[in-house]
Amino acid sequence: MKSLYTLASVLGILFGALTIASGLIWLERRLLALWQDRYGPNRVGPFGLLQVLADMIKIFFKEDWIPPFADRVLFVIAPALTVVTVLMSFAVLPVTSRIVVARLNIGLLFFLGMSSLGVYSVVLAGWSSNNKYSLLGALRAAAQMFGYEVFMGLSLTGVVLQAGSFDLVQIVEAQRHLWFIVPQFLGFVLFLIAGLAEMRRIPFDLPEAESELVAGYHSEYSGMKFGMFFVGEYLGVVLISSLVAVLFLGGWQGPLLPPLIWFLLKIFVLIAFFILVRASLPRPRFDQLMSMGWKVMLPLSLANVLVTGAIVLANRS
Amino acid sequence: MFSIVRTLWLVFLHTFRKRVTVQYPDQKAYLAPRWRGRIILSRDPDGGERCVACYLCAVACPVDCIALQATEDQTGRRYPEFFRINFSRCIFCGYCEEACPTYAIQLTPDFEMSEYRRPNMVYEKEDLLISGVGKYPGYNFWRVAGVAIGGKEKGQAERESGPVDLRTLLP
Repeated sequence: MKSLYTLASVLGILFGALTIASGLIWLERRLLALWQDRYGPNRVGPFGLLQVLADMIKIFFKEDWIPPFADRVLFVIAPALTVVTVLMSFAVLPVTSRIVVARLNIGLLFFLGMSSLGVYSVVLAGWSSNNKYSLLGALRAAAQMFGYEVFMGLSLTGVVLQAGSFDLVQIVEAQRHLWFIVPQFLGFVLFLIAGLAEMRRIPFDLPEAESELVAGYHSEYSGMKFGMFFVGEYLGVVLISSLVAVLFLGGWQGPLLPPLIWFLLKIFVLIAFFILVRASLPRPRFDQLMSMGWKVMLPLSLANVLVTGAIVLANRS
Repeated sequence: MFSIVRTLWLVFLHTFRKRVTVQYPDQKAYLAPRWRGRIILSRDPDGGERCVACYLCAVACPVDCIALQATEDQTGRRYPEFFRINFSRCIFCGYCEEACPTYAIQLTPDFEMSEYRRPNMVYEKEDLLISGVGKYPGYNFWRVAGVAIGGKEKGQAERESGPVDLRTLLP
């Protein structure tokens, strides 16, 4: 019975995450259009919702081309790796108190580990493409991940200190009276920025900066392999949004509405915010990006850890 | 830092702006009367063809998309035997309309002329000729031209006096 329930929640989360991620193709285009005074795709099906289906059919029927100069094995593995690492993180994500695949007592660390592994897919893709632009994109991705991974972990330390656990379910339980966005506002902002950089989305999409590097690390990819990077990116958006919701916005908790609805509502608001960021902000120069990561964000998150730690200690004694 | 937040807010406010998109097939954009679109050949108010097959449009055409052959009917009135416009070449510059001495060839506000087969883009005279007068109602070239054609002798046109017998002027 228990294993059946686990199986159901695994399939449910997998299906839910992939559905939301593919729905984002449509949502992102509609929202970007909204903020650019346009309509966006609205012709295929109701509100243009079937655009997702049309895009999927199109991308499946495209030629799946592996360049002769590419390293075939790595070239094929890299896009799969993107999706796998992100999907692994969904395993520890508590959608509600009962819908969670694996309740690990180190859930947060597992997520950080998986998101660090995610950079391998980009680096391998850039390397195996055997193309200078791809390699430059991969190098940028690696440097960017180093810079932003560090303070991503540190920005979450405040939450962990206050909740007293790495277990995501317990972290949500600890926010019963006050969401962590209030005491950990700096941590929230830092994690949001680090999350954006982690997803490699505008304004942190320097690894694929199409105006400088063709398409960066996925220049040589086409067809469904490119589609995997695409799906991986959107899954990343869903993941980071859900994590922000879990860590800072009280997860499934909220009055009146059922927990699942609250959770989806919070994710949706955060996803819309990420798309708004994409609609409004330009891409920084790479040295600006790096210096901001190391010289501003890292000290700020260290200070956040210091102050939070001091307050937690003072409260305890 | 503040400017970033301000940018986000200003972009968010665009949610409530009016859309600029014209939803084309459902909702058509306004085309001015002088809009340069599909080319037509007009008729004069009496219903006769205005075109006198002078070849000026074909000469003026920068892409050589107009082909025609002049001929005359029994009354001496010139008209094109065939008149062919290749719209896959036409650039809708309107030079033909400017060159036309009889207002016969005109550009109209219509651009919806896509075809699946390229040969269908070649319009013959029966495709081009319309039954109306186009942009110039009441204009009839033959009624103001001093040329004798069937049913009209010299001097019978509008605002035209009869031909002068030069010998009467001799001293």
